[in-house]
Amino acid sequence: MIVETGHFALALALAISLVQMVMPVWAARSGDPALRQAASQAALGAFACVLFAFAALTWAHVTSDFSVQNVVENSHTQKPLIYKVSGVWGNHEGSMLLWVLILTLFGACVAAAKNSVPPRLRANTLGVQGLITFVFVLFIITTSNPFSRVVPAPLEGNDLNPLLQDVGLAIHPPLLYIGYVGFSISFAFAVAALIDGRIDAVWARAVRPWTLAAWSFLTLGIAMGSYWAYYELGWGGWWFWDPVENASLMPWIAGTALLHSTVVMEKRDALKVWTVLLAILTFSLSLIGTFLVRSGVITSVHSFATDPTRGVFILAILVLFIGGSLTLFAWRAPLLRQGGLFAPISREGALVLNNLFLVAACATVLVGTLYPLLLEMLTGEKITVGPPFFNATFIPLAIPLLLIVPFGQALAWKRGDVLAASQRLFAALAVALVVGFAVLALTWGGPVMAPVGIGLGAYLLIGSALEIVSRARGFGSGRTRDLGQIGRRAIGLPRSAWGTALAHAGVGVVVIGIAAQGWATEGLATLKPGQNLTSGPYTATLDRVAPRAGPNYEEAAAFLTIRTRAGDEVGQVETGKRFYPSRKMSVTESGLLTIGASQVYASLGEIGQDGGIGVRLYYKPLVLMIWLGAVVMALGGGLSLTDRRMRVGVPAKARVRPMPSAAAVPAE
Amino acid sequence: MTRKSRRLILIAACGSVLALAVGLILFAMSGSIVFFRSPSDIAQQGIAPGTRLRLGGLVKDGSLRRGPDQTVDFAVTDTNATVEVQYKGLLPDLFREGQGVVAEGMLEPGGRFRADTVLAKHDESYMPREVADALKAQGRWQEGGDKGGPKPVTASNGGTLGPRSER
Repeated sequence: MIVETGHFALALALAISLVQMVMPVWAARSGDPALRQAASQAALGAFACVLFAFAALTWAHVTSDFSVQNVVENSHTQKPLIYKVSGVWGNHEGSMLLWVLILTLFGACVAAAKNSVPPRLRANTLGVQGLITFVFVLFIITTSNPFSRVVPAPLEGNDLNPLLQDVGLAIHPPLLYIGYVGFSISFAFAVAALIDGRIDAVWARAVRPWTLAAWSFLTLGIAMGSYWAYYELGWGGWWFWDPVENASLMPWIAGTALLHSTVVMEKRDALKVWTVLLAILTFSLSLIGTFLVRSGVITSVHSFATDPTRGVFILAILVLFIGGSLTLFAWRAPLLRQGGLFAPISREGALVLNNLFLVAACATVLVGTLYPLLLEMLTGEKITVGPPFFNATFIPLAIPLLLIVPFGQALAWKRGDVLAASQRLFAALAVALVVGFAVLALTWGGPVMAPVGIGLGAYLLIGSALEIVSRARGFGSGRTRDLGQIGRRAIGLPRSAWGTALAHAGVGVVVIGIAAQGWATEGLATLKPGQNLTSGPYTATLDRVAPRAGPNYEEAAAFLTIRTRAGDEVGQVETGKRFYPSRKMSVTESGLLTIGASQVYASLGEIGQDGGIGVRLYYKPLVLMIWLGAVVMALGGGLSLTDRRMRVGVPAKARVRPMPSAAAVPAE
Repeated sequence: MTRKSRRLILIAACGSVLALAVGLILFAMSGSIVFFRSPSDIAQQGIAPGTRLRLGGLVKDGSLRRGPDQTVDFAVTDTNATVEVQYKGLLPDLFREGQGVVAEGMLEPGGRFRADTVLAKHDESYMPREVADALKAQGRWQEGGDKGGPKPVTASNGGTLGPRSER
């Protein structure tokens, strides 16, 4: 019964989203503000319905209701509770439902944030959001219904793919989707502005918190996915340039560019048309990502043949939204009042350069991801575009981008002074060079790019710190040398300034973590108990191999003792090979030992007849900095979000005439 | 600075970054793309040793031999032609004789294939798509086993792709 109610709630959400879409248009025709209010209520209603549907599906999974097809295919009675819950989105249908849940959640948030967005813009934005909701709920109901029943119901389910039975599944997809789908709000704002034919700094201020929130979550989601892949797959890699990864990276890069261009628009009333285009492109890349991952096109272009309706439907959604919004852009953008041009040497000039490099880098990733698909469709030739391609294109574009990060911060708005900026950055440049050369000298004969990366990371870190210091020190007559006063002023700086510095410092941390992987080492051997394997500065001794049983698997666990070269014991590592009888599948569980920010990583191969076991041992220096840096970046985004300016969205002008919304509030 | 010169600088900046990106893409495309080949392709086309490629087919029954230090030898076949493969490393969990596999590496002068990456399926009902297509082209494979969803899992020295198909 709950399942049917959930299905019904989803259908109701479809109808409500239609109302949400139509009301703002009607309101614009009739000029009745009450109709506009209806869009907000519809957005809240759609969210409530989808939330109920999602809860119903979760209920079916938790109670192992094997009369539901989705539960049969992805669950098992012996599966631990956390995987029963996360298994809800560990499959196509459920993950699409999560997608729509987050979509409507954002719509409901916009509807609830009454004071941050002008009413007219809010109604139009919700209308566009309603259209997106309508189309995706239609997609779920017609092609990917998670509520379909099986008669007769089997006694046991097929279980979830063991690779997905991990905490990562509980955390990574929701975070990633909040980011991915959150950009739909920026998109809806952009389309609403195009429909209205009007765009100004108020628009930029209204859209920035949403973009920032989506971006922060996407950063966390990507980092979490990367860490999950790192420890679950057992090969120690943290980024594979896999199309599925690129699908999430592209909206992130475009979203980063959008974040920066919105700042220019808010502060200087420039780059308007470009910002609108970026907002459209960012969500378009999210949609392309959804298409690549969900249609099965990555596994095979021929997956259309196994389930043609799904792929074709998502492709139609792509054409509708990307084609439609770009057409609207081409038609309406000339109507938008252009912002002025500005001096090339200025903070806005540096941010334009940032946007150029980000967009170019995003384009190379897009080409590398789509080219094999296009080539196979056109010629039938199968190729792989792997890490060498992305390393050769992405990195050369990323380095100049990172070099201008502190420079842009040091330049003033309107008219900057390169010389003065260089003087302010002198300390950062000097330290970066010293660090780079010192590391090069210490590791002479090792990889050359690693010290360069460490220097670059140091430059970014010190550059962000200098930014805070120089702002706290003040300019002109307000300039001070008193340390106490600098400290007090630094604390008093707006949170967005701290957030920016933190996010940029996070980039520096990530760069150091990535660069340090140049010194990662790997060892491989067949070990019997008592034997050793050395990788980098550490040696592992295989103590014993013992069988043990998990809730829904059997495991052969290997216990290793890690020692330094000098023989001092550092710690223990457990790694295992698990066998899941329900899927007849075995999975390697890697073992990790964290030493500071570095890790020793062990994974197992086959157990031979003679009792020898294949062991691979990696030493990953400073590897944790890659993900910690991403967390720092997201924290920076979060800190900026708490800035007072972000909450005071609509300037005083709107507060003078609050009549329409105030009149409508008691009617709720 | 006049409006005109500001605009010129902007256009020049856009143009040069764009040119840089296009140049990098073309340069990388020429050197770092890996083609997929079946054993029959290799037998017929006479591919030069040292070219990086992906070899896909079925692991030939009875061909798997384990050497010292995690070296493995096996043969990849599409039933018309067979190529000997040598790999040093841990094989993926679902590597089996008689089942689909994709190996990345290069041909040695003697005709043996030295793999540095071996991909197998990560799901019982999954066949690597290139292998399925290649076998279909040979008329050795019928639609039905290929569910389409999951992607192959990699074991590699350098690392290539990951299997997070359901994210």
